Amino acid sequence: MNLATTGLQKPANTALDEVPLAVEVQGLNVSFGDSHVLKNVSVRVKANGVVGLVGESGSGKSTLGKTLVGINVPDSGSIRIGGLDLAGISRSERARMRREIQYIPQDPYSSLSPRRTTGQTLAEALDPVRSDPRKYKREIAEVLECVKLDAAAADKYPHEFSGGQRQRIAIARALILNPKVIIADEITSALDVSVQAEIVRLLRELRGNMDSAMLFISHNLAVTQQVCDEVVVMFQGRIVEHGPIDDVYGNPQHEYTQKLLSSLPGSPGFTLD
Amino acid sequence: MLSRSKRGGLWTPTMLIGLTLLGALILVAIFAPIFLGTAATQLTSNAGLGPSSEHWLGTDDYGRDLLARALVSARLTLLMTAGAAAISVIGGLAIGLAIWVSPKKLREMALRVLESAVAYPPLIFALVIAAILRPGVGSALIAIGISGIPGFARITANLAASVSHSDFVVTARLLGVPSARIAFRHMLPNMAEPLLILATTVFALSLVEISALSFIGLGVQSPQFDFGRLLNDSLDSLYTQPLMAVGPSVMIALSGLSVMLIGDALAAYADPRARNVKFRQPKATGPAVLPATDDGALVRVDDLRIGIPNGPDLVKGISFSINPGEVVALVGESGSGKSLTAMTVAGLAAQDLSTRAELLRVDNMNMLSHPDPSRLAKEISIIYQDPGTTFNPSLRMGVQLTEVLRTHLGMGRAKARRVIADAMGQVNISRPAARLDQHPHELSGGMRQRAMIASAMATGPKLIVADEPTTALDVTVQHEVLRQFRRIHKQERTAMLFISHDLGVVQELCDTILVMCQGEIVERLTKDELVRRDVKHPYTRALLEAIPILDLGAGAHKEVAVLGGVN
Repeated sequence: MNLATTGLQKPANTALDEVPLAVEVQGLNVSFGDSHVLKNVSVRVKANGVVGLVGESGSGKSTLGKTLVGINVPDSGSIRIGGLDLAGISRSERARMRREIQYIPQDPYSSLSPRRTTGQTLAEALDPVRSDPRKYKREIAEVLECVKLDAAAADKYPHEFSGGQRQRIAIARALILNPKVIIADEITSALDVSVQAEIVRLLRELRGNMDSAMLFISHNLAVTQQVCDEVVVMFQGRIVEHGPIDDVYGNPQHEYTQKLLSSLPGSPGFTLD
Repeated sequence: MLSRSKRGGLWTPTMLIGLTLLGALILVAIFAPIFLGTAATQLTSNAGLGPSSEHWLGTDDYGRDLLARALVSARLTLLMTAGAAAISVIGGLAIGLAIWVSPKKLREMALRVLESAVAYPPLIFALVIAAILRPGVGSALIAIGISGIPGFARITANLAASVSHSDFVVTARLLGVPSARIAFRHMLPNMAEPLLILATTVFALSLVEISALSFIGLGVQSPQFDFGRLLNDSLDSLYTQPLMAVGPSVMIALSGLSVMLIGDALAAYADPRARNVKFRQPKATGPAVLPATDDGALVRVDDLRIGIPNGPDLVKGISFSINPGEVVALVGESGSGKSLTAMTVAGLAAQDLSTRAELLRVDNMNMLSHPDPSRLAKEISIIYQDPGTTFNPSLRMGVQLTEVLRTHLGMGRAKARRVIADAMGQVNISRPAARLDQHPHELSGGMRQRAMIASAMATGPKLIVADEPTTALDVTVQHEVLRQFRRIHKQERTAMLFISHDLGVVQELCDTILVMCQGEIVERLTKDELVRRDVKHPYTRALLEAIPILDLGAGAHKEVAVLGGVN
């Protein structure tokens, strides 16, 4: 089982014409030195889809996200963004395509430069060279509204915000470009539960309203169920299960998924004795 | 001013003294050549005089006033030093940043070259440059300036290395921000503080080096004179006119001191932890051992307050008790004071916080006093959150795990290893004896945490304090670790204080749940009450609602509630 046809209920060849794909990853292999971290991973995310990527530490889920945004270089395999193969295009074209994949890191305390206002941070996404917030007043106000922040936030520095607000700004930075896909890498994991709930609610509201697809990387199964339509379960560098999220969690097929679900405190199979 | 300096602001006495000194020196540098220029340079017949009311430091062999010469020379010296320091700092910054925006291979090479350059003493480097150029003001300035570049470049590159790994630089790179913009927009502003502090050190070093260069005759040449040149002049008549050396020496010392004081004050301002906090824990109160009581509780905490000295309380008068064999959970979000409370109960009160209580005892040990350390080690075991940092990476597991047994229970090495290996087998660690010879990084996170539990149990403690022991672990590993806690509780009836932010976890393990919010216990629940969701306080309710629950029936998503009115 190598091909995870996530985002598609029908066989790939017919569905390709009907459902536009935001991301299509095929046979991706990534290794660091001797360790083979991603083993023949294939994932599809349809436009507007929100796909959860779950697994434990070392499963390769973060590596997959980082490879998609270009932090890691794959040994083999193809990455298509909006139907365009990243390997087959010119360097400048690839740089442009990279802007169609936005990345939100885990820790809101280190993802924003302490010496830059929110406006400057957001303007930089739109114009990496000049980064002048005065030119993008309207865009900045709009995106801040999307993430439920006051327009006045544009003139403030990161230390003036709480952790949850900072994470909203990081989300806004990804949204402002209207990318084809957003990679959210454990964006609720460093937060207190109340703040996590706040971000989860924001993501649920965004889900229906944004043009971007999202790959939501998380080790928290309950959070992925709140946010995602579909889920991909990774274990030791491979995809072991994928499908509509309620089907996978309600009726897990792979042994590892079953073990993962029964390890959750409060789940039916959970016991300490 | 005084009240500000008390709060640890920028205007500390160190800063004020430094600035006053430097200001005075700058005034001298500006005005001395105007008013004392003649006295310092005009040849008179009063040659070689000792100190007098007219010539405080006496005169030199040409009848020039020595005090005037020392003061007048401040201008040239300070200008040269400023020039040289500027060359070192600007050159170092440019090279340091250039290294970090260059491709990886080039960067590695440049860093190695820089390392070799740093290994070469700057003064010798400067000597070579000064010897090649013709000795004089300009060449000395350039020589010292250039010789300081590698050191500053190295520091800049090191700082840039840490900033360049931060998420905001990575994100900027992904957004396609050009390298030069990343350097000036993101890296430099976030390195400015330490670099400014280090620049003051560069200034002081340049001063000493320029003076040294002039002193050995490769710097400023007569008739011009700086501190070093004056020292050189004094050398010839050191035995007949020892006072000649005093003027320039004192000036060098004062100039260096002023800048270093400012640098120290800036460093203390930038790093609040370096500030000298004048706080002393109140004297231990009462006896180390309390008379036996008949309330049956193993731990009793009455009106515990932990606060910032002269500031607000972080834990605001909480009371609770733990019975023998009882598992009590402290639950709350960050900043609720749960960890502070637990560590204080374990006898690890924070040094820079004030701790007060009506009563704080574990068994009959008075934790407000100084309980017997070996009893503490035996009777209270602590398990920390992050199994990655609890162990010293350079020591083998065996040495670390058997430490308490060897030092406090007086066991021999072989026996201690046997006891620990047994305990490790109990928590399902495979090949326990072999593990003792391994280093921490050779074990998985879950295995390290179980080893920690094994070592905590080996002394037969009365109380285990576990601070978020499963938070850093994967769920499947957490499950295994929680099973070990349950087993220990069942078999040994050890009392536990279990800190967690996860109500799901504590519901499975604990008998009593104390919910903390902003330093207070807002609700006390039994396990059954929590399972039935029979909670009264709005904060507890909000906390429960904020936890997303996995719905295993293939049904609709549940709406998550958002905590209202709770920060």
